[in-house]
Amino acid sequence: MKITNYIYLAAIALLFASCEIDNYEEPESFFTGNIVYNGEPIEVGAREVRFQLFQPGFGALAPLDVHLDLDGSFSGRFFDGDYKLKFINGQGPFKAYEVNEQQGDTIFISLRGNTNLDIEVLPYYMLRNEAFNAGTAAVDASASYEQIITGADARNIEFARLYLNDTEQVSNNGDYHMVWSDMTVGDGTLNGSTALPDGYSKPYVFARIALKIAGVEDMLFSPVQKLDL
Amino acid sequence: MKKYIYFLMIPFLLGSCSSDSEFLDREPTNVLSQEQAFGSPDLVISVLADLYNRYYDFGTVEDWSSLAQFNVAFWSEAGRYWYFQNGGYGYGDWGTWDYGYIREMNLFLERLELSEELDPEEKARFAAEGRFLRASYYFTMVKRMGGVPLILESQTYDFSGDATYLQFPRETEAALYDFVISEADAIVADLPGDSGIKARATKAAAMAMKARAALYAGSIAKYGASTPQVSLPGGEVGIPASRADEYYATALDAAQAIINGEVGSYALYEKKPDLSENFASLFYDKSNNSEAIFVEDFMLQTQKTHGFTIANQPRYGAEEEEGGRINPALSLVQSFETLDGTYAPLPIEDASGDPIHYDTPEALFANRDARLMGTVIVPGASFKGREVDIFAGVQLSDGTVISGDSRGQQKEVLGNDIQVVGFDGPIDGLEFTAQTGFYIRKYQDPKAGSGQRGTRSDVWFIRYRYAEVLLNAAEAAFELNQNEVAAGYLNQVRRRAGITTDLAAAEVTFDRIAHERFVEFAFEGLHFFDLKRWRIAHEVLDGTPMDATSITENIGDATKRLTQPFGLWPYKYYNPGGPNDGTYIYKIVKPNRVTGADRFQFGNYYSEIGAGILNNNPLIVRNPNQ
Repeated sequence: MKITNYIYLAAIALLFASCEIDNYEEPESFFTGNIVYNGEPIEVGAREVRFQLFQPGFGALAPLDVHLDLDGSFSGRFFDGDYKLKFINGQGPFKAYEVNEQQGDTIFISLRGNTNLDIEVLPYYMLRNEAFNAGTAAVDASASYEQIITGADARNIEFARLYLNDTEQVSNNGDYHMVWSDMTVGDGTLNGSTALPDGYSKPYVFARIALKIAGVEDMLFSPVQKLDL
Repeated sequence: MKKYIYFLMIPFLLGSCSSDSEFLDREPTNVLSQEQAFGSPDLVISVLADLYNRYYDFGTVEDWSSLAQFNVAFWSEAGRYWYFQNGGYGYGDWGTWDYGYIREMNLFLERLELSEELDPEEKARFAAEGRFLRASYYFTMVKRMGGVPLILESQTYDFSGDATYLQFPRETEAALYDFVISEADAIVADLPGDSGIKARATKAAAMAMKARAALYAGSIAKYGASTPQVSLPGGEVGIPASRADEYYATALDAAQAIINGEVGSYALYEKKPDLSENFASLFYDKSNNSEAIFVEDFMLQTQKTHGFTIANQPRYGAEEEEGGRINPALSLVQSFETLDGTYAPLPIEDASGDPIHYDTPEALFANRDARLMGTVIVPGASFKGREVDIFAGVQLSDGTVISGDSRGQQKEVLGNDIQVVGFDGPIDGLEFTAQTGFYIRKYQDPKAGSGQRGTRSDVWFIRYRYAEVLLNAAEAAFELNQNEVAAGYLNQVRRRAGITTDLAAAEVTFDRIAHERFVEFAFEGLHFFDLKRWRIAHEVLDGTPMDATSITENIGDATKRLTQPFGLWPYKYYNPGGPNDGTYIYKIVKPNRVTGADRFQFGNYYSEIGAGILNNNPLIVRNPNQ
């Protein structure tokens, strides 16, 4: 037997050996859910709103960022354990409920296997009754809005916009929209029309209404609507 | 025979052990002891030089891109287009947390204090310089991070396993500004009042720092009220609005101390009759420059040189195969007023929408604020005696445009072989060409060899200059309702720029002051902090793309959108034998590498404090909105 054969043998043995001394297990549990108000999902912009998970008890405390999807859902894979869920002040078109005075708005969660959790929050406004109508050159839209937070914490509407995109990712930031225009904000209603870009050739378009609340960075959105042209 | 040698060695071994017990205890030849280092003024200067060298600038000529951020320019370098293709900024951007530097400054001050060899007057000056640098860095930190722990003595760990006694909470933002202001007052007496000293701290440098710090604090107090979400309940971020007037008054006093000549003789730089040339040479003339107050100096044939001219020299005739990186954007170029002091878009179209023809490429920019040509190399302007060759293509009388994709390309047009694109571009996506149609002139070194990697440039970087003192005074006076005083200072700066119509007191508005700072301090690293302290960054950089029609509207509005750099491209009109042959027309374009639109979020106003810092010190609170 040639020396090289021994080397091959040794290499194969090492390959198997290395399988056994693998270091860490991967995170095993999915943590999914929605940000909701009375069970209705709150829709937000793309990569705009996030919350943070902290897992105490392992020395250095670094937050795990969880971003919300456009439809207000989230999904992440984590190790089983006890976590603290914290919204970041000023993030999102909503306020987190205060659990109690000592705990503030921190939510304690315990992950044991796949967990689905809808988190109730208090939005400043809710959009309802969205109606879209696609013409050949423009998309008309209307919606009504309801003010949820009233009293001392109430905030005004800064503006509303109608965004169009050629993919189902529609948002105000980045290149998640082709065109947009301001909508007229009436008493409880929104109306507007956005022209399609010149030479738009696809047979469909995606539309979304966004509501900007004064002093809140992240806008409140309506569900993405696919429209056939 | 060998045996004898062993026997012989024994006494040597024993001897060497007993006779020289301090054999290993030697004075190091490459390290100076504390007594040595602080025993002679020359060595103290070397220690101090290291501290000066580590001064933190937000923008500096040593890093060209740091001077041209926030869409005042496009970056013509293939590896950096991403900056214009993303949607904003990370929360951790611009953060700084160098407590190692602070510790060394604290150690310097403590060790200097112990030294007995130095002349007391000299020692006081060194101490004042150390405190100036320390206050400068705390000023840098508070601008970027908000209030930070104020550590004024060197800390030592006692290895007890418990480091909590070394942990300090963040001070309030106001406390940091108060510290900078009080330090400036405390050291001014010990610093020299000689305006010939530029690269070391002087009385005027301390006062200029004080004026700037007080002005920033005042505006955060005043304008911070409009963005209550950018504040923390403990005051680590945000200053109470009630303190605004007090800070503005401090800023005005400090600035007037310089203006009235109390701390040395300084004046606007007005050496050259050609006002644009004068404005450009303000930045590179190092002999008897009356405007520079505190600079970072450089010297040829040492390690201390920089490559700003290499990076930005016009590509055509460049001394290396590179250059042209900073391409000023149209938004900046058109902001320079006409000589009679009015805002006007560059006239590229007549009333009916037809292009206006110009005989020379630079004629479009005639009768503008002299600072335009002093800051920007426009098509047809010259650098180092060579005219730049900027034109994007050739347009025929029927509207056809012929262009090329390599610098200075020749093509057959109407039967003739002609050059169809300039040797400086603009060519979309070709790095080092003037992709907006402009190059930068400010801080470019006109000396031969400054564009060579083997020589580099020794143009200094001005950290504080007299015009900023004037405009700081003007802004403080305006905020204190002294419009007459404000107009006086503004007009000094505007007259130097060749603007013939003075501003009346009633014409001084917030937008006027913001505009004056925008054009005067373009590419000096101050714009960013103006956007932040006035709390308008989230409006100027709102993430909405711009378009070619609205870009020319509302010039001079402080909150005018600037989310993307646009360009203005000249085209040669080719119409042999017909009218307008050989003239130039202009078109507004967006460089095609610009695909994103920048958005500045509330969480960007103060940089994120890293998780490591938060973990090590639980007393530190996080910045808002992150």
